[in-house]
Amino acid sequence: MANPAPLPVTDEIAIQITAMNKWYGSFHVLRDINMTVARGERIVICGPSGSGKSTLIRCINRLEEHQQGQIIVDGTELTSDLKNIDKVRSEVGMVFQHFNLFPHLTILENLTLAPIWVRKVPRREAEETAMYFLNKVKIPEQAAKYPGQLSGGQQQRVAIARSLCMRPRIMLFDEPTSALDPEMIKEVLDTMIELAQDGMTMLCVTHEMGFAQAVANRVIFMDQGQIVEQNEPKEFFNHPKSDRTKLFLSQILGH
Amino acid sequence: MSDTFIRTAMLPPQLPPVTERGAVKWVRENLFSSWLNAGLTVLGVAAVTYLVWLSLPWLIHGVWNGNSLNECRASIAANFGPDAGGACWAMIHARWYQFIYGFYPPELYWRPVLTAALMFVALTPILFSDNRRVAAIMLAAVAVLTILALALVQMPAWLFVLCSLGMTGLFYIGTEAPGRLIWVSLLYPFLTFWLLWGGSVWTPIMALAGFVLLAQCYSLLNARLGVVLATAIGIVAACLWWLLVGGIVAASAQALLPFGLVPVESDRFGGFLLSFVIGVSSIAISLPIGILLALGRQSNMFLIHTLSVGFIEFIRGVPLITMLFTASLLLQYFLPPQVQFDLILRVVILVTFFSAAYNAEVIRGGLAALPRGQFEAADALGLDYWQAQRLIVMPQALKVSIPGIVSTFIGLFKDTTLVTFVGLQEPLRGITTIVRADINWKGIYWEPYIFVGAIFFAACFGMSRYSLYLERKLKTDHH
Ligand SMILES: Nc1ncnc2c1ncn2[C@@H]1O[C@H](COP(=O)(O)OP(=O)(O)OP(=O)(O)O)[C@@H](O)[C@H]1O
Ligand SMILES: [Mg+2]
Repeated sequence: MANPAPLPVTDEIAIQITAMNKWYGSFHVLRDINMTVARGERIVICGPSGSGKSTLIRCINRLEEHQQGQIIVDGTELTSDLKNIDKVRSEVGMVFQHFNLFPHLTILENLTLAPIWVRKVPRREAEETAMYFLNKVKIPEQAAKYPGQLSGGQQQRVAIARSLCMRPRIMLFDEPTSALDPEMIKEVLDTMIELAQDGMTMLCVTHEMGFAQAVANRVIFMDQGQIVEQNEPKEFFNHPKSDRTKLFLSQILGH
Repeated sequence: MSDTFIRTAMLPPQLPPVTERGAVKWVRENLFSSWLNAGLTVLGVAAVTYLVWLSLPWLIHGVWNGNSLNECRASIAANFGPDAGGACWAMIHARWYQFIYGFYPPELYWRPVLTAALMFVALTPILFSDNRRVAAIMLAAVAVLTILALALVQMPAWLFVLCSLGMTGLFYIGTEAPGRLIWVSLLYPFLTFWLLWGGSVWTPIMALAGFVLLAQCYSLLNARLGVVLATAIGIVAACLWWLLVGGIVAASAQALLPFGLVPVESDRFGGFLLSFVIGVSSIAISLPIGILLALGRQSNMFLIHTLSVGFIEFIRGVPLITMLFTASLLLQYFLPPQVQFDLILRVVILVTFFSAAYNAEVIRGGLAALPRGQFEAADALGLDYWQAQRLIVMPQALKVSIPGIVSTFIGLFKDTTLVTFVGLQEPLRGITTIVRADINWKGIYWEPYIFVGAIFFAACFGMSRYSLYLERKLKTDHH
């Protein structure tokens, strides 16, 4: 995997989460989450299944609602106020495990839909932007096809391009490679690495430890709805402090 | 001996053996693949032959000209012998207009004809929006048939020329850009109302203005108050307009600028004109209402959810006949006597509710089939509720629901015959009874039913074929 040049992390705050709690019914899924993400930071979140990683990043663009505490994204606090939610969603892109492309639209239509309807960009301009990002993820020739005609790796790259077309300032990834065959994982990770090198603020739930070591400047380990440990990648992998982290790392790295 | 082999001449391709080809193969595979299948084939052929043998003479002996059943019988007896049976199509020849137009004034037949023609024009951009060739063929056929039909009915010459020019103009617009005809589709409900019932042109215009008001309220308030509140305020404003203001404005406009058509009372409606008015308006209105009900049922707002479920379950639990009786009798008791509430309008409303409830359930099935990820992706991209529904959710949910929706529509269209029980002259029982009560046609039995059945079949078969075409066209998941 390519080793990118060290990237600048500004002191401008992109995301600020304070004392945030969330319940599903009576199940306390996120407990006292505190975290600050600076603009330009690339954070990898890992942890065992069911530890609340997806829930955490889904709270950041309000796909899930939190019940206590504060989430501020780009200076906008997430409350039940629809206007704030729309504002945050238009600045935060999200890539899902199962791509979630719109199967009834062509690739190009998938990419232009939100810019045209949400950003009110003229169609011509939206199509130009779409082609630019399709080039960037290296599949411009698929523009006229439908999602069902593409391989998993290609679909995930389209999904990334679709988010980028909205010109987000923050990108969230929820296990973007875990539904892919091994030979397709690399093409998606390469796209993400390029994105990181462009200085995008990224929060990425993934178990690709190679990716974490290559681009992340912080790794967060979660268990039972709590942040158990966070550190810069080298320290995190070589000298984990908590026993839970050690156990988890030994399981996924197979030591 | 050596194993070496070298081909000296290449083999040309040959046809498969006779038993593996064309008709022989088809017959063998489809009709005689097993003893059971062979037996069923023989039985089937025998049954069909028997039916044809029974009915064919009756059809062949059919008489097309005559003024009464007795004339038919005399003519059949003269030509085919005293015991021969035969169809008396002369009845249809003599009374077809009543099956089609009911009691609509004959000198105004051009109005239903024009309405029917415009229906196809209005349907073109909806049904064949992305297939210009089909759209052009459809519009050409409609234009030619309309001009022919108008030439056959009574109407002033200048009006005939005007209508013909109009149809030709629509054809040209349609071949250039079928999408632009969507304006005809949007205006069609109001135009139809005016053409069929006549009266002041201002009434439908004021009704239309209510919808414009709704749209304006929504687009002005959406950003400030959110989707639900903006929609609700829009609906309230429109209702206030229709109930309080619209009528007065229409009356004063008519006083200033009188323009209108000869009014036709609802009791002149009958036959297929009535069936189509009820069927088409109910179909057109019940689809959007069904969509809203399905969404309401999925909503997590308690009031909206409960109202939708209550409405759907109530309507589905009550037979249509009961509701039709309600429409004709009970409403009369509850409404003050001076309120004139047209019977056809009441029936349309109830039939619409009925099919909307069924459509809602069919569409709910389609919604349930959508993966949750689709909603999440739409949300994450920042689409608002109605945008997500219109652009992402409905295109996919409706696609899955097409067979069910079309079944509901076909059922609805055939159910329009039930309005006979509230005294409306629908073709199957209403008009047929009237014709058979005529002294000239007393005793005629099969012919009117065959005629009416054939028209119903054509309409329903058309809908069913279109749904198949649509399913094939929308198939984009090439897994
Ligand atoms: N909609 C929901 N209702 C109730 N419980 C839920 C819901 N979604 C998730 N959970 C529960 O919340 C917990 C955290 O779920 P989450 O999806 O965030 O875990 P995760 O860390 O992303 O796991 P994985 O690695 O398997 O994706 C799990 O125990 C899950 O069962
Ligand atoms: Mg997860």
